[in-house]
Amino acid sequence: MSEAPLHRQLGLTDAENDRIPELIGRPPTDPELVMFSLMWSEHCSYKHSKPLLRRFPTDGPRVVQGPGENAGAVDVGDGWAVALKVESHNHPSAVEPFEGAATGVGGIVRDILALGARPIALLDSLRFGTLDSARSRHLFTRAVDGIGHYGNCIGVPTVGGEVLFDDRYEDSCLVNAMCVGMVRTDGMLKAAARTPGNHLVLIGNRTGRDGIGGASVLASAELSEDDADKRPSVQVSDPFTERKLMDCCLELAAAGAFAALQDLGAAGLTSAASEMAAKGGVGLLIELDRIPLREQDMAPAEILVSESQERMLAEVTEARLAEVLAVCERWELLATVIGTVTDTGNFTAVHRGETVVDIPASALTDDAPVYGVPVDPAPAAAPLDLDAVPAPADLSAAWLELLARPTIASKRWVYERYDHLVGANTVRRPGGDAAVVRLPGMDRAIAITTDCAERHCESDPLGGGMATVLEAARNLACTGARPMAATDCLNFGNPEKGATGWRLQQVIEGMSQALEALRVPVVSGNVSLYNESPGRVIYPTPVVGMIGLLEDAGASVGHAFQEAGDTVLLIGGGTPRLDASEWLGRAEGAPPVPDIAAEVALVDFLAGAAEAGLLRSAHDVSGGGIAVTLAESAIAGGIGCEVNVPPGRRADEDLFGEGGGRVVATCRPGDLARLRELAGGVPMAAIGTVGGSTVTARVGERDATVPVARARDAHEGALRAALA
Amino acid sequence: MTVAVVRFPGSLDHDSAARAVRTAGGDAAPAWHQDAELPAGTHAVIIPGGFSYGDHLRPGAIASRSPIMGAVRRHAEAGGLVLGICNGFQVLCESGLLPGALRTNASLSFVCRQVELDVADGDTPFTQALIGPLSIPVKNHDGAWYGDPSTARVVLRYRGENPLGAVDSVAGVANGAGNVMGLMPHPEEAVDPLLGSVDGLGLISALVAR
Repeated sequence: MSEAPLHRQLGLTDAENDRIPELIGRPPTDPELVMFSLMWSEHCSYKHSKPLLRRFPTDGPRVVQGPGENAGAVDVGDGWAVALKVESHNHPSAVEPFEGAATGVGGIVRDILALGARPIALLDSLRFGTLDSARSRHLFTRAVDGIGHYGNCIGVPTVGGEVLFDDRYEDSCLVNAMCVGMVRTDGMLKAAARTPGNHLVLIGNRTGRDGIGGASVLASAELSEDDADKRPSVQVSDPFTERKLMDCCLELAAAGAFAALQDLGAAGLTSAASEMAAKGGVGLLIELDRIPLREQDMAPAEILVSESQERMLAEVTEARLAEVLAVCERWELLATVIGTVTDTGNFTAVHRGETVVDIPASALTDDAPVYGVPVDPAPAAAPLDLDAVPAPADLSAAWLELLARPTIASKRWVYERYDHLVGANTVRRPGGDAAVVRLPGMDRAIAITTDCAERHCESDPLGGGMATVLEAARNLACTGARPMAATDCLNFGNPEKGATGWRLQQVIEGMSQALEALRVPVVSGNVSLYNESPGRVIYPTPVVGMIGLLEDAGASVGHAFQEAGDTVLLIGGGTPRLDASEWLGRAEGAPPVPDIAAEVALVDFLAGAAEAGLLRSAHDVSGGGIAVTLAESAIAGGIGCEVNVPPGRRADEDLFGEGGGRVVATCRPGDLARLRELAGGVPMAAIGTVGGSTVTARVGERDATVPVARARDAHEGALRAALA
Repeated sequence: MTVAVVRFPGSLDHDSAARAVRTAGGDAAPAWHQDAELPAGTHAVIIPGGFSYGDHLRPGAIASRSPIMGAVRRHAEAGGLVLGICNGFQVLCESGLLPGALRTNASLSFVCRQVELDVADGDTPFTQALIGPLSIPVKNHDGAWYGDPSTARVVLRYRGENPLGAVDSVAGVANGAGNVMGLMPHPEEAVDPLLGSVDGLGLISALVAR
C-alpha cells in the first residue's frame, strides 16, 4: 500500500501545502509542517466559518472584552466583569465519552482562567441519540459521569444546561461546555506577549503523548467506523491538578505577577505560543529540552502539539520570576522556564542544540487560509399538514406520555450527579428556566442559560436562529434578569457539502437579527463542523449561552407555583404549532417565523415585572408546549392549577404546540391590575388559578387533567427508567 | 471566637465555611496543610469539604497524614471543638478521630440533593441547640457511613430516604466526648435565606458560642 504524502496524512490540502514555502521562504521542516497542519485546521483557524461569523453583533456599552481572546467579558459594575465562553468537545466525546466530556470542562475553565477570572459557574449543552440505542445510553451516561468527575473535583458549580435526544445525533453526539467567571476589569489578563526578554513559564502538568493531533484528526473531519483507532488522540483528565492550577494562577494574577497568560488547548503549545507571539507582535524562543515530559523520547513535533491537559503558559518579567516559581511550588505544581520573548516575530524552537522550528508566528495564525463555503439554499419546508398527524383520543394520557419523554423529562438524574451548589452562591438551582448565581461579594446576580432550537433550525434556519436567541433571552427574563451578553457554539455538519454552508449562514443571520434587537452582543464563541457520518448529519445546532443581570439577587423569580389562589397568566403572543415540535418528535413542517419585536417587548416586560416584585412565578413555554409548562410549574410547587387554554385549530396543538414567545406566570390576584398597566402592548390573559392537587387545562369543549403526583412520577422517573 | 478553617490542596469549601463562621458572628482564620500549628487563639476547627489531594488513594487518606492534622489532633485531645464537613468528615475518620468510614454511595454516583436531618443526639456541644428536622444539602461521591451504630455516637440521621446508603441512615457522628463531630451534609451552605435554608446556622454557631 502506498503512503499518501505527509501533508495529506496531516489533513492539509495540496494548495495549503504549496502555500507554506511561499510564506516562510523555504520548505518546512517536519515539525513545522505538523504545526501548520494543526493551526490551519478548521478547529483552530475557523477557515470555513470566519467570513460568516463577522455578521454577529459584538459591540455594546458593557463589553470589556469582545471575540478574539480566550473568552469575552462584560462589565457588571463596581469594577467587576463577568467572563463567558462556550466550547465544543464533540468529537473526543464520541470516541471516549468520559475523558472527552471531562477534558471539555477542563478546557473551557482554563479559557476563563486565562483572563485571570475566577470560574463561578458551568453549564453543559448535550445532544445524544435516542436512549433505545445501547450506544447512546453508554455515551450519554459516560459523558455525564465525565462532566461530574471534573466539575465536582475542581469546585465550580454546574448550574444548568440542556439535553436533547434525537437519532440525528446517534453517530455524532454533541458535548458543549460553557463557563462563566468573574474578574476585576482593571486586572484582566490578555494572551498577547509584551516585552522581549521576558520569560515564558509553563505551569501545570507534564507534557505527554495524549491528545496529539486531536484538533486536526478528530475535530476537523467526519467520523468513520474505525474511530476506535483514534482513541489515543483523546486527552486524559486530571481535575485535581486543574484545581491547583486555578488556585495558583488566580493568586498570581491577583498579585499582578503575570505579564500575559494563555491556556494550552487544541494544538497545545503550538497554538498557545503562536497566538501569544502574533497578538503581541513579538517572537518566542522555546527550548524544548526544558519542557517536563512524561516520556523521554518524544519527538519535537510531539512536544509542540501535545494536548496534555492542565497546562498554562505565562509571560513573566525577570523581577517577578522568583515569586511566580515560589507560589507554584507552594501549590505543588510544576513551573518551568521554557523560553523567552524575542523581538524576531518568529516562533523558534530549539531541540538538542538544533533549531527545529523557525517561522513567523503570524504565518501560523493570521495567514491561515480562509474559504468561502457553498451556500446553496435548501428548499423551504412546507407547513405541517395537521390532518396527517393523528389526534390523540385521550389528551390526559398524551400529556403524561409527553412528560415522560427523555427530552422533556426532568433532568434531575443528570444534575444531581453534579455539584451545583459549591461556592454557596447558587440562588436558583437547575431545573428552572435559567440558573441564578449571586456574584460573589455583591448583591447582584446573573442568570445563565444555554438554548438551541435545533429542529426549528433544520426546518427553517433563519427562523430557527432567531428562535434560539429569543428562547435564551426569554429564559433569562423569566427569572427577572435583563439579557446582557451571549456566547455561541455553532455545531454543524460538513460545510463543504450539501446545504450546510447555507444553513450556517442563515442561522447566523437569524441569530444576529434577534441579538441586535435585544442589544445583546456576542463576546466569544466556537465552531464545530464535520458533525456527520456517512449516513447522518446532525441538525444545525447553534447552542447559545446567554447571561443576564439581576440588580437584586433576592428579587429573582422561580418557575414553581407558589400559593393557592394565585392567578395564572399567559403572557406574550404567537400561535402554537406542532411543526417541528417535541410532540411531533421530528423536524417536519415549518414553525412560524418569530416576531422579534414582540419578543423583545416581552423580555422587557418580564424583567420589569420581576423588578417591581409582581411575579410569583414565571416559566417559558417551549418544548412540549403549554401543557408541559403548566405541569412543570405545578410539580416544582407541589400544587396544581385549573386553566382555560385559548382554543385554536385542534386541542392537541393548543396544548402541545410550540412557537411564539409565550410565558406562563402567576401573580397575586391583587397585583393583576398593576401588571396590566405595566404590560402595555404585550398580550396578557388571566387563564386560571393556582390550587388543588391536579393540573387541569380546558381547551374549548375538551378537558385534560393530570394529578400533580402522577405528573411528577412521569417527569422525574423517566430518565432513570430509560437508562436502567 | 476564632475558628480555624483548614485548607489542603483540593479543598473547595474553605471560603464558604469561613463566610458561614462570619455569618454566625465568629472570626475565621486560615490554616494551611503544611502548618505544624493552628493559628494563635484558635477556639474551634473546621475541616471543610472538597477533594483534598484529589481523593487519591482514598478520600481523606492523604490529608489525614498532613502536618496540620497533628495540631488538630492535639486541639481535639485538649477538648477543643473540631467539625469535619464532607471531605473533612472523611479526613477525621481516616485520622481515627471519629469512628467508622465513608464508603462509595450506594448509587455508585455523586449525589447533590437537599436532604432532611433528624437530631439523634442533642447532648453534644454541636447539637444541644439544634431542633430537627434540618434542611441541608448533601453532595458527595463517597458519603455512605459504615460502622457500628451501637458503639458509635450517632448525632444526625437522614429523615425519610437514606440518600447515600449509609448504615442506619447515619449522616453525622461524634467522638465519645462529643467535641469532635463529622457530617456529610453541608451546614455552611445553609446559612443564607437567599440560598433557600438557614438550617445549618445552628451547627456553625455552636463553634463560635461562648
